[in-house]
Amino acid sequence: MKYLLKRVLTLLVTMLTVSFLTFAAFSLISGDTATAMLGTAATPERLAALRAELGLDRPLLVRYGEWLLGFFTGDLGVSTSYKQPVWDILASKFRLTLCLSLMSFILIAAVSIPLGLWSAGRRRFEGARTALNQLGMAVPPFFTGILLSWVFGVGLKWFMPGQFPDAKQDFAGAAAYLFFAAVALSIPRIAMTARMLRSTVQEELGKDYVRTAISRGNDRGQVLRRHVLKNALPPVVTFLAQTMAEIVAGSIVVEQVFVIPGLGQMLVSSISNRDYPVVQAIVVILALWVVMAGTAADLINQRIDPRLRLGGAA
Amino acid sequence: MKTRKLLALLLLLGLLSAALCGCGGGSTGETAESKPTDGSTPGTEAPGDPQGAADHPNEITVGIAQDLDESLDPHKAVAAGTKEVMFNVFEGLMKPTPDGDLIPAVAEKYEISDDQLTYSFTIRDGIQFHNGDPVTGADVLWSIRRCMPGGEADIQAVEALSAIQEAEYKENTVTLTLDQPNTEFLSYLTLAILPQGYDGQDTAPVGTGPFQFVSRAAQDNIVLERFDDYWGEPAYLEKVTLKIIENADSILMSLQSGAVDLFAHLTSTQVQQLGDAFNIEEGTMNLVQAMYLNNAAAPFDDVRVRQALCYAVDRQQILDLAFDGYGSLIGSSMYPAFGKYFDDSLTNYYPHDAEKAKALLAEAGYPDGFSMTITVPSNYQPHIDTAQVIVEQLKEVGVTAEILPVTWESWLNDTYIGRQFQATVVGVDASTMTARALLERFTSTASNNFINYNSPLYDSLFVKATSSGGDEAQTAFYKEMEADLTKNAANVYIQDLADLVAVRKGLEGVRFYPIYVLDLAGVRYTA
Repeated sequence: MKYLLKRVLTLLVTMLTVSFLTFAAFSLISGDTATAMLGTAATPERLAALRAELGLDRPLLVRYGEWLLGFFTGDLGVSTSYKQPVWDILASKFRLTLCLSLMSFILIAAVSIPLGLWSAGRRRFEGARTALNQLGMAVPPFFTGILLSWVFGVGLKWFMPGQFPDAKQDFAGAAAYLFFAAVALSIPRIAMTARMLRSTVQEELGKDYVRTAISRGNDRGQVLRRHVLKNALPPVVTFLAQTMAEIVAGSIVVEQVFVIPGLGQMLVSSISNRDYPVVQAIVVILALWVVMAGTAADLINQRIDPRLRLGGAA
Repeated sequence: MKTRKLLALLLLLGLLSAALCGCGGGSTGETAESKPTDGSTPGTEAPGDPQGAADHPNEITVGIAQDLDESLDPHKAVAAGTKEVMFNVFEGLMKPTPDGDLIPAVAEKYEISDDQLTYSFTIRDGIQFHNGDPVTGADVLWSIRRCMPGGEADIQAVEALSAIQEAEYKENTVTLTLDQPNTEFLSYLTLAILPQGYDGQDTAPVGTGPFQFVSRAAQDNIVLERFDDYWGEPAYLEKVTLKIIENADSILMSLQSGAVDLFAHLTSTQVQQLGDAFNIEEGTMNLVQAMYLNNAAAPFDDVRVRQALCYAVDRQQILDLAFDGYGSLIGSSMYPAFGKYFDDSLTNYYPHDAEKAKALLAEAGYPDGFSMTITVPSNYQPHIDTAQVIVEQLKEVGVTAEILPVTWESWLNDTYIGRQFQATVVGVDASTMTARALLERFTSTASNNFINYNSPLYDSLFVKATSSGGDEAQTAFYKEMEADLTKNAANVYIQDLADLVAVRKGLEGVRFYPIYVLDLAGVRYTA
């Protein structure tokens, strides 16, 4: 209970801080909603009139307070560029980005954990494996994305780059399309996680309890799975939680390459349009996301390692 | 045991995401359907049967690099990209043709009185808005009045409409009376006619054009459908989906994968990579691309320095190096597509001559050159490429130029509105098909005279041009204004960029206009 309360409090504080900082940042950068709306048609008089109409001439704190009030009453406001309620614009994009992120997260976990374990126990071709690992970490997702699109999209025609299918009519098609984007997004993270797991496992393997277990006749593989993995996992789980947060940042680029209408592109464009209701909403969603990923990691680690449990919570 | 639990957890996560994917996809469909009802539009109907539409052959997907991320109300929209697409949805009393003429659209015919002060328009019989309502004199008058200066802050006022002294309608005839003759007046009446009393224009626009608006999904797509009750020659295609693709690599892949059938404003490099599944149509972008100089900031307040830069820049080399030779050279604030207003004799007024440039600089007190900053909006690659070539060319005459890449927003705010710059490479377009649209901004008092050009002769010529009755006299005055800009080296004029459009083989009918529009009504499958 105490733990839950603490987490909710963290969430609230994070969201308030982040949303206020975003709001404040908007008043520091050059150009505002009015200049974005008027473009080259702007004149000082028209700008002043439009600012008055939009209420932009009021102090920052008043405007932030107004936004906050709306937010807590479930009103995210209306996009200043699209003139539509923010949630109408974001709802489908949010689900799409969530899908893409979860998909690549599952890929990362499902591939990197066995890979890390497998590679920890072997010393053959270590140089080649390290090189491959380095390559995986170094190649940026947008490049992998372009490569995948060319080979599997334009070449083999397994999916059609630029034409994201409607999942209602073509679920398999949409899933396949997202899969390729998820692969592009995952590769560097898989390499990093596998490498990390490998080094923590190797560290554990050198410890006394492993030697004791093996000298008592236990099967090496069993020791690895039952004892070593349990001790090696917590830092990796924490790392994966960070990954969860970073995937969203990475998805901005991958969504652009694969022309997926997700949150990433929306965030970038609404910043340049100075569309603060949309930016605020996305930022809050992302903050929520990051805090939740951290909480999930904590909970999982407590399951794995009882020493981490606080006062019998979780 | 615990690892098994972990495995179960992972599996659960997988299931969850699969379920979410289902939701995600479902909701994209939902938004497309629910959007028109949001705006409570009577006319735009949801795409009734998406499956039927998907199978239909008579539709295409057009790629556009910029989203229509603003109000879709044509009286409010600012971005060239929005106007370019919405040209298919809206019409005025008059509408432009590819040749640069004006033909009656919402009006069936018009009469101009002998003193050129009274214009009377007869509204086309039976013409309808996309929502089924007939176009009335009240709608026309309301639309025109809405754009007169002094209205709401977010409406794009049309300065020329302030000349209207009286406006009235009787049955299907609208009469406008001006305070002085203006031969260009008709071209301002291309302004969109909208239904009065309809308040959904921002998100679900209703006009009279050959295509009607169906839906818009932010940063995703815009769907247009053929308007079957169109008064004129109907569009060939039943449906056009405009897909937003910003990433340059993705544009190429979308074309080659078959996802996109038509894409305008490609670079010469992209065109070369496209292969033979596409025809490339070449038009012009209708932009005055120049290195605009702040005429009020030293050293560019000295005409000799500005002229020196004009001599120092080799424009043909810019075209060759940065544009594979595409583009047409210009010498003043006018491009060739404007026909009668374009004065080709100004194009080579400043031939490339480094020696002359050095002499002029020495005369102006800069024998060793000087340093300058060229501000360039970083989201426009053609302008950056151009600036890079210019920097190299200026080195020859001892001028050290540095490129300052800025975001579009800070360009707007600091360079365009704030006028805090030395030089900037951009393209300036014309909002209407008049010489005035390009030339008025350089009168000394114009609020959008961002280069601070100040020439009394130019100002007086502009007064003469706008008050002269005859078309010929007016054209002559405008040409004199162009010459004034050239002789005073107001800017280093470069080119009108080529507009390269990739069209999938089997499609035809792309029409180019002297203004920045993408006319989809003529596009069709070849039989």
